[in-house]
Amino acid sequence: MPAKAPKTLSKFRDVQVELDKSGVALFRDAQGVESLIVRSPYAIQYIHSYAEDTPFFLGLAEGRLRGSRCTNSRCGFVYATPRSHCMACTAPTEWLDLPTTGRLHSWTTCYFGSEAFLKETPYNLALVEFDGVGSLLLARLKEAKQSDLYIGLPVEARFEPTPKYSITDVWFVPKAAPKAPGPKPAGRSR
Amino acid sequence: MVTGGVTKFAKAHPAMDFRLMVRRAYDYAVKDVENLSVDRIDGSRISYFSDHFSRQLKAASMVQDYLGLNPKGSVRIEWGGATGGECFQAAFEAVASGRMDVCLAAGYETMSRVATWKGNEFIALASDTNFDFPLGGFYTGYYALMVQRHIYEYLRKTRFAHIPDEREAQRLATVEGSRIMSLVSVKNHLNALHNPYAQYPKRLTVADVLNSEMISYPLTREQICTMSDGAAVAVLCSAERAKEFTDRPIEVTGVGTGTDTMRLADRPFGKVPLAPNERAEDYTKLEYPGVHSFRAGRAAGLEAYRMAGITDPKRELDFVELHDAYASSEIQTYEDLALCRYGEGYGFVESGAPFLKGFDYGFPVPKAGEIPVNPSGGLIACGHPVGATGLMQGVFAFWQLQGTIGKHFGDATLQIPNAKRGAIHSHAGTGSAVTVSILERGY
Repeated sequence: MPAKAPKTLSKFRDVQVELDKSGVALFRDAQGVESLIVRSPYAIQYIHSYAEDTPFFLGLAEGRLRGSRCTNSRCGFVYATPRSHCMACTAPTEWLDLPTTGRLHSWTTCYFGSEAFLKETPYNLALVEFDGVGSLLLARLKEAKQSDLYIGLPVEARFEPTPKYSITDVWFVPKAAPKAPGPKPAGRSR
Repeated sequence: MVTGGVTKFAKAHPAMDFRLMVRRAYDYAVKDVENLSVDRIDGSRISYFSDHFSRQLKAASMVQDYLGLNPKGSVRIEWGGATGGECFQAAFEAVASGRMDVCLAAGYETMSRVATWKGNEFIALASDTNFDFPLGGFYTGYYALMVQRHIYEYLRKTRFAHIPDEREAQRLATVEGSRIMSLVSVKNHLNALHNPYAQYPKRLTVADVLNSEMISYPLTREQICTMSDGAAVAVLCSAERAKEFTDRPIEVTGVGTGTDTMRLADRPFGKVPLAPNERAEDYTKLEYPGVHSFRAGRAAGLEAYRMAGITDPKRELDFVELHDAYASSEIQTYEDLALCRYGEGYGFVESGAPFLKGFDYGFPVPKAGEIPVNPSGGLIACGHPVGATGLMQGVFAFWQLQGTIGKHFGDATLQIPNAKRGAIHSHAGTGSAVTVSILERGY
């Protein structure tokens, strides 16, 4: 039996729908030119190594935020997003623990994203700054209403209890306002 | 430069693959001059951004092949969003070095071959895949982070400095910044009404732009360029040979490139590299570039201005075609290119300086015509088929300087009277690479 002829479509936006159904479509443009269009899937599993960034990602699994510090005593630049060699003076760096609290240097809410992340929308992105650290860290910001966000807002890190070994193993939340010092609770001491 | 050609940029050109698109742009360029044929071209530089979009590696070889240029020399150029601008400069270098007399720069992108959000994923793979991509893989998000800080530095700390409540001051500053970004979007879409090559020419109001879909706060859909299919070519030639092809050649008098860190998080907080028309006292309190400005754009601009002998770009340029992938980056780029000082970008828009004279944008533009920016409509209205975009700017600038906009657009409305010198600006990956080229009348 001859194969069924491809469906002819005149709206390009219908092509993808048809490809999902039958894998083939014939598109006819306003000038009457026909183009045969086929579905062409492509998937790949990378063997992605974190290589010299490995201690950072292992650190997240332990609830630690690890940055790096330039070993050149005349430089000593501290990086929140670690790198194995200093960008300012090219010397090797060493690992150090970053504070787990910082402030918003900038933030946004994404209502769209890459195909892989569309199901997570909307999500917040934040660039976080830390005291005594020369560069920033990009992370997700959670448990926050957009109207509460502002540059300078104190934030603290949260860590994924079952690590996925991804940068998403750490995220930030607005830091709870320090409680006003009240009278000492009676009958308890540490 | 002796000739150029552009295909109409469109959401999809399913009836043309990348070879045929380049061919169409090439044929147009050849037809526009005397005596140009394949045997007079010494070689080529061919640009496209991503192998992912057509799943065809070594695609530039297929363009070379299709144009009948084998066995002449060629190389593929890729530099993110600045791919087209780099290709233009690579062809310039091939000629300036004496290696070739006549070099073809050709670029394209066929972005319609994947779904839009998959395309966004490919683009976002041009961000650090350890630290940035897994957070959402979204370039609009990165540019939103940058403009939020730009608004903080240059609106919160100035126009809203008197408001003590931090949240409220920042909210008002963002409302103001969004309004001013919308003026840029209105300008570029409206200019494009007279550009037959543009993908999205339209008349918009500020309210239309603000009320269009929120993509990544505070950037709305009409403040962002789209994905496109398209191709563009430019033919560069030694000054001695140019008259063989045209009596109106355009000279490339300056080229500049700059770079910055791939990760936004790594951008330094240092001093501003000063343009000739700036003083250190202008920026005593500014930590630069941070994430609010593009140091690569400043570096590229300064190098190109130095080479072209430009010391006051706003006065000495007649127009600029710049990389407005986002309305925010157009404003940031005014400052990088020293069309105004850092911090003055918003006021520069409101002054009307980058608008075209005699157009009704729907709001006052008192200084219109002072230094028109994106008279063609820019990326926001023309589209952004990455490998072609920087070359498209080169072709539009070439036609402006030749005074042939009317001939090529079928409508002379966008012709800037007596334009003698212009700049083109191509920008990659959150500002990780930028090119600036200066073009001048060579006749």
